[in-house]
Amino acid sequence: MANIVYTECQGGQRFWALLGALLMVVAIGAASALYMEHNGHIVTGMSNEIVWGLPHVFAVFLIVIASGVLNIASLGSVFGEMQYKPKARLSGVLAITFLVGGLAILVLDLGRPDRLTVAMTNYNFRSIFAWNVLLYSGFIAVVVAYLVVQMTRTWARYTPHVGLVAFLWRLTLTTGTGSIFGFLIARSPYASAVLAPLFIAMSLAYGLAVFILIRLALENSASRGLGDELLQRLMRLLVIFVGSVLYFSGVFHFTSIYTAWRVGWESYLLLDGGLYTLLFWGLYVILGTLVPIAMLYGRTGVTRQREIVGSVLVLIGGFAHIYVIIIGGQAYPLELFPGYEVTSSFNDGVVASYVPTLPELGLGLGGAGLALVLAMVAMRVFRLLPQGDGVSNADAS
Amino acid sequence: MTEGSQSCGGSCGCGSEAGKVDEGRRGFLAGAVATGATALAPGVTLFAYGTAEAEAAGADPKKRWGMLVDVSKCVDGCTGCVTACQTENGWKTTGKPATDPQWIRKVTLRDPKSGATRSAPVMCQHCAEPPCADVCPTGASFKRADGIVLVDRHRCIGCRYCMMACPYKARSFVHEALEDQKPHAPRGMGTVEGCTLCVHRVDKGVAPACVEACAKSGGAIMFGDIADPKSEISKVIATYATMQIRGDLGVDPGVRYRNL
Amino acid sequence: MSERSSLERLIVVVSLLVMTVLAGIIGAHAGEVPLPTVPKATAGSCVAPPDVMRRSHMSMLQHGRDLSVRQGERVEGGRLTGCIDCHAVSDGKGGHETVSSPQHFCRACHDYAAVKVDCFECHASRPEPKVKASDATSEVPASALAALADYAEEVAR
Repeated sequence: MANIVYTECQGGQRFWALLGALLMVVAIGAASALYMEHNGHIVTGMSNEIVWGLPHVFAVFLIVIASGVLNIASLGSVFGEMQYKPKARLSGVLAITFLVGGLAILVLDLGRPDRLTVAMTNYNFRSIFAWNVLLYSGFIAVVVAYLVVQMTRTWARYTPHVGLVAFLWRLTLTTGTGSIFGFLIARSPYASAVLAPLFIAMSLAYGLAVFILIRLALENSASRGLGDELLQRLMRLLVIFVGSVLYFSGVFHFTSIYTAWRVGWESYLLLDGGLYTLLFWGLYVILGTLVPIAMLYGRTGVTRQREIVGSVLVLIGGFAHIYVIIIGGQAYPLELFPGYEVTSSFNDGVVASYVPTLPELGLGLGGAGLALVLAMVAMRVFRLLPQGDGVSNADAS
Repeated sequence: MTEGSQSCGGSCGCGSEAGKVDEGRRGFLAGAVATGATALAPGVTLFAYGTAEAEAAGADPKKRWGMLVDVSKCVDGCTGCVTACQTENGWKTTGKPATDPQWIRKVTLRDPKSGATRSAPVMCQHCAEPPCADVCPTGASFKRADGIVLVDRHRCIGCRYCMMACPYKARSFVHEALEDQKPHAPRGMGTVEGCTLCVHRVDKGVAPACVEACAKSGGAIMFGDIADPKSEISKVIATYATMQIRGDLGVDPGVRYRNL
Repeated sequence: MSERSSLERLIVVVSLLVMTVLAGIIGAHAGEVPLPTVPKATAGSCVAPPDVMRRSHMSMLQHGRDLSVRQGERVEGGRLTGCIDCHAVSDGKGGHETVSSPQHFCRACHDYAAVKVDCFECHASRPEPKVKASDATSEVPASALAALADYAEEVAR
């Protein structure tokens, strides 16, 4: 396996056209951020009730993908599945760029993004948010080290060790992301330790779906072959991961239904939550989970088209799922006085409404665009991709 | 009224005898002040616990400022406390409740079984274990030594995690640019704000604006040091059954409610 | 091939930028730039001599703000409100200029030095306008008073 030949992307018309289009998306994101910062959050749909909106859905989605996409590399160097080794470099780079994309959204959505230095110099070590800041920056450092040991001959023998650290770090990181919500003691839609493993399962599924799509896109546009057998394995893995998200989601909701003070939220979400109920059952459970499982489970010779559609559906379902968790969870009213019907001038007891505005969408898409732009630049500059499908050219040598 | 006892019995380590003398003096002073206050305006307690000297001394860790709302005295439809807070701290509503500042609000409760209704003000509950301060990444949300929970806007980056963590919807985010804030109540776009328990008044020895206003229209809100068993508010809490909103969460709010 | 040419282009752009900056520095001769006109304070002397204030006002304010916000120690002389009260610039209509006016005390120097002031994002930039006595008294709305009267009647019964 020592002689896999990695090369840079050679560019070409389609490469530059796509890069240009993505840069436009990033520019729109930057303009949206400036507009929001200048006018204040009044120009967004966010409020004192829906304090985290569409940008945060994008950010969490990208951060979850970032940690999940690293698993391809882990499969090679931690679990010894050597077929995945040629994919490890791309996997590591995507992990970094998606994390940067997600964090860029979070930072630009702050009320005072100009005070980033304040956030970096004042740490409250009781805050899971502050831990996450350390987990995120540490993740980037660990993955950079992981890439360096993979790409240099002299340090290649450290790859399994650094790979293990990176794997454990990414598990901790996603635990941290889930715990941002899990630690919200007063809100019945959150306040559960199950959110941490749920987020890990989500990261595995959505990270893998993104990796498959990017790898297939590269196959088409840069004539980098992808071993059919490997792809079949990845699709089987995707089915397992998507199933495990459904499992943890199920555990989360069943335990909630058993908790008297949370039944209100569960019956709202599962039965009469309007848009959120529709997103949960329609987009997440049916379209994003059951349909792709049916399309991919236990089949041999799945077509490329089916693989693409299956992965896209998983991502759509995943986005809807995170939207329901973040926005739906906040829309459901906080219960201050259990057992009473409450009214007030600040919508107590009323489901909060939220209509995202264009700048929010622009900011979110800008973050996703940034992740892809950085990935394309990295592919152009570094030797990340194996010539051919990697496996066969290694075998031949 | 406790200024004398504070400067001696508290910090300079006097002997126990001195402490006894001190307690007597405190009681005498408290009585005198209470009489004076009652004479001034029934219900309005002028807390003469501080002067310029006490103000410079800083938050006293032996105190815990708190409030007691007697819901049976809170008049349905009266928003005196809300208006007073707005005037004092310079925030106003624009008819968009979701994005307007919400430092204090009146909540009307109806028991669906009996049909009985109550109304009560809800503001920052100044928890002993404030979830907002726990989650704040920069330490901008913090609890002062005397129990007042504040946002240090010099550190606030506007992440709004505190608003997610607060069980009481007590915090708001400034969504629009502001001008001509009150000099004693700075507030600005992109940062989070909430009830300060009128810390600028408390440090001068004056009760919060809502308490003062309520005294004129019902006298439902009591203010005082709930860590001092001899304070008026502690005596009421010790005598009657009171409750804390979402007391089950264990965050130990400093605002208590009676007759709810 | 394409790498080499894009690198060359980058070098050209960077050197152009550097030359522009250098030209600006050489072109600006000392003495041609006017000094800021700083408005006079209303009251006597400041907490420290002007040269100390000029250099250290921000450290003094920061020290005072952390003490007063976090410890509740409201130190005289370390308060922004004190500075604002004394250095307020009259707007000629009985009030004072806000920081939106270039006449504002802080802006006189900060505009000159091109240093952004963050204070007035939250703090009032002028002393509080005097409230007329007639405005101050009507704090309790009439509806509340009526409700109170009803309540008192109910209790009496």
